[in-house]
Amino acid sequence: MMDDAAFSDPARERRLFASRLFIGSLATLFLSIVLIARYFDLQISRYEDFATQSNKNRVLVRPLPPSRGLIYDRNGALIADNRPSYNLTIVPERSENTEQLLAELAKLITISERDLQRFQKNLKRRRPFEQTTLRVNLSEEERATLAVNGHRLAGAETSARLIRYYPYGELFAHAAGYMGRINERESQTIEAVKYSGTDSIGKIGLEKFYETQLLGSVGSEQVETNAQGRVMRVLDKTAAESGANLTLFLDHKLQRAGFDAFNGERGALVAIEIETGGILAMVSTPSYDPNLFVTGISQKNYDNLLYSKDRPLFDRAIRGQYPPGSTIKPLFGLTALNSKTVSSSFTIKDNGYFYFKGIERPWRDHNFAQGGHGDGVDLAKAIIESCDVYFYELGVRTGIDMLSEHAAEFGLGHKTGIDMPGERPGIMPSRAWKKGARGQSWFNGDTINVSIGQGYMLATPLQLAVMSARIASRGDVRTPRLVKAINGVETNATDIVGKIQIDDKHWDYVHQAMQDVVHSVRGTARSINTGLSYKIAGKTGTAQVISINAEEQYDSSKLDKRQWDHALFVAFAPVKNPKIAIGLILENGEHGGSSAAPIARAVFDAYMQSQESTTVVNR
Amino acid sequence: MHRNDFVRQLSSPGGDRRPSRVMHLDIPLLLLLLVLCGIGLTVLFSASGESIGYVKRQATFMLVGLVSMIAVAQFTPRFWERWSIVIYAGGLLSLVAVLFFGVGAKGAQRWLDLGFTRFQPSELMKIAVPMMISAYLSNRYMPPRFKHVFFAAVATSLPVFLVARQPDLGTSLIIFSSGFFAIFLAGLGKRYLVSTGLLAIAAIPILWFYVLLDYQKQRVLTLLSPEQDKLGAGWNIIQSTTAIGSGGWSGKGWTQGTQSQLNFLPESHTDFIIAVLAEEFGLIGVLTLLVVYMLLIGRCMLIAVNAQTMFSRLLAGTLSLTFFVYVFVNMGMVSGILPVVGAPLPFISYGGSAIVTLFIGFGILMAISTEPKRI
Repeated sequence: MMDDAAFSDPARERRLFASRLFIGSLATLFLSIVLIARYFDLQISRYEDFATQSNKNRVLVRPLPPSRGLIYDRNGALIADNRPSYNLTIVPERSENTEQLLAELAKLITISERDLQRFQKNLKRRRPFEQTTLRVNLSEEERATLAVNGHRLAGAETSARLIRYYPYGELFAHAAGYMGRINERESQTIEAVKYSGTDSIGKIGLEKFYETQLLGSVGSEQVETNAQGRVMRVLDKTAAESGANLTLFLDHKLQRAGFDAFNGERGALVAIEIETGGILAMVSTPSYDPNLFVTGISQKNYDNLLYSKDRPLFDRAIRGQYPPGSTIKPLFGLTALNSKTVSSSFTIKDNGYFYFKGIERPWRDHNFAQGGHGDGVDLAKAIIESCDVYFYELGVRTGIDMLSEHAAEFGLGHKTGIDMPGERPGIMPSRAWKKGARGQSWFNGDTINVSIGQGYMLATPLQLAVMSARIASRGDVRTPRLVKAINGVETNATDIVGKIQIDDKHWDYVHQAMQDVVHSVRGTARSINTGLSYKIAGKTGTAQVISINAEEQYDSSKLDKRQWDHALFVAFAPVKNPKIAIGLILENGEHGGSSAAPIARAVFDAYMQSQESTTVVNR
Repeated sequence: MHRNDFVRQLSSPGGDRRPSRVMHLDIPLLLLLLVLCGIGLTVLFSASGESIGYVKRQATFMLVGLVSMIAVAQFTPRFWERWSIVIYAGGLLSLVAVLFFGVGAKGAQRWLDLGFTRFQPSELMKIAVPMMISAYLSNRYMPPRFKHVFFAAVATSLPVFLVARQPDLGTSLIIFSSGFFAIFLAGLGKRYLVSTGLLAIAAIPILWFYVLLDYQKQRVLTLLSPEQDKLGAGWNIIQSTTAIGSGGWSGKGWTQGTQSQLNFLPESHTDFIIAVLAEEFGLIGVLTLLVVYMLLIGRCMLIAVNAQTMFSRLLAGTLSLTFFVYVFVNMGMVSGILPVVGAPLPFISYGGSAIVTLFIGFGILMAISTEPKRI
């Protein structure tokens, strides 16, 4: 074995070894320089990049969502509140296997297909260390289940946040509106920064109209996090500013009185405080529970609402457009008196039919079957008993131009400008309107139809209330308003924006006639005057749902209830010093006097009661 | 045991009476090692999240290592030369045993459970392989003939292969280097060098398709473009280069490194500890450590050149070059110029076996350094 060594030359071997070790040391030196170059490159040449990166790593800016402004009624009753809701969120990075985690969770709590779909969709948009919501609105029991099993649910967390809550449920659904998840379309129009930390937005009603005020401003928090995203400490904080609280003119007692008076029937009512133009009550029935929408309504619930024959989602108060019928008679009476086309002493004889020269077919009175309203019908009687023939005559004498122009002053035919989104303008026809909308010339027959609030004419319950308030206030033009104060500061809602110029004696005349509608023995709304301790002025109306031929007679017993006439009523009270004006419709209610007027009476009574027990608390 | 195995012969003629000589200690080497241990414990304290427990345990390992080193230094190089084949054979058998009875964690099977303690044969092979190859080649004609090179290559490859299968690529790489360095220092012909190089290149596809496991391939791919997989395999490298880069010239200060203290840095107290040092002490810290390493390697090479026998020379030279491989592989992988193979930074990374093995290696170097001159 040692034979090789025997021939070896130790000196030569030593030199060979030394030269090899020298090569080795050179390689060592060279590779050390490579290392130094690398560390120099990282630490000196690219220091700025990495320092920034390292800061970004640890410093995270988190939005602090503001708490949304609350909505109170005029007495301080809370209409829209914020309450904590518990969500289940997933941080994919922290779970070893997200699929497995989802399966595990599904065993413990209910997770719908829809939850999963939304989760998967959102998951793609978020980075793996960010939270993605899986379930909202965990029940107490579900939270307990999750807490107990927390140790094997790494990556799943329950988090609390404030969500909207409407204590009155369906009562204020249409007026207050509701909050909902920001949808695709909205996310493109909103300023993303303002909505960081929240996923809800006002969808309709006041929640939408006052979105900017209610929202508040988002705050932020600079936090230092570790690699798992856990917050180690707060470096800097800008507090969020809560949204402004809204105080409404609405009174939950009047709202309740009006809502209940409809007794589940379809209809709408608007009550206005005459002194301010503020909305005291705004009812549209049937209604729905806005709380369903806050955390996302289920498809089934939504379909039920959407396809219900009663259309509960439809806000009849501002979007329902109905022929106003006889409710516009006081207004046209004022117009005629003021433009002197009729006088208070002018009378007609009504035998049930009205003939216009050159037209063979007559217009008939609603009580043509009883032979009309007889001899000596003046304006007062025409209002009290709702004589159509008188108003046909009045219409023809006054002319559409005057009627139309005047009606506009009382708020008909255009949006009232209420602080709600989605208001409809109704129609107050005129020559120009017909030309534009129908491409036809105006005929006298059109005027005759309009003069009893039929034909092309349409008005919303809100417009009827506004008209009623302007008659009651003797021409004060105010814009109807829901919001009384923002953060305790009164808005300028009470300002008069115009004055309708009509002689006082005409106001007196029409007010008296309207009072007699309720308080005289022949008044069409006399049924509501029993036990009244104050005076109501009103006017009933009926609007046809289907057209009846001149030869036929309307007979509700032969018709489906949904084809019955709509019953309308406009009114204000007390007559001497008007405080509150109402416009309302009861769909298929048939008679303004017997079915619609009692609803107004209920609201008036509630109002009078609240005035008696006055020391109104204002917030 | 041979009577001359103990170098400590109190009555040796012309014997050096200095305590260091009597104890067979190489003072410069010892001082450099103590400096490294000091640096190691300092950085470890910060890297472990200011854990005194880790520091205490590491200090205990170092103490065990120091005692082992001094013990090993008491034996003559001649002793190690004679027993090298036995140690090697024992190590190889243990490696095979690991294959069948090994225990381990995280999918790697590296230990033998001896009942009272666990034993990691691959650590033993880090010393046994260079010792065995040096002993073999130093007794042959130099430069070595083909059959000797072949035998040495086979003797190296067996443990390399067995360790790679555990899998422990880092240790396998160290064992391979030590075998290669021994053959290289023995004067391996240029033809062999060139053909070995060509063979290595040819072996790459074979390695890639038949030897490397998926996660190992992933590490290589990650090295090429860490951005591809930011939160998976690339995470480690992105975070470690960020830690190093954000240290700048002078660092963020001891225990002030945000990357490491906030757990962005993985394995911060073991394989990636250099990133903590670089983040907290900056380039100055990195250079200081490198200088200490280079002084240590320089001292070792000096010992090699001055060694008394060819065995001592080969072994000392091999150990010093292999030591540099540790440093280079670790610092290279953490800074993103080499794939992540799991190699600790000598004396700085936390971990008992590696430290004790290192000290034993330096014990042999001290034995060589203090071997009495042949007259």
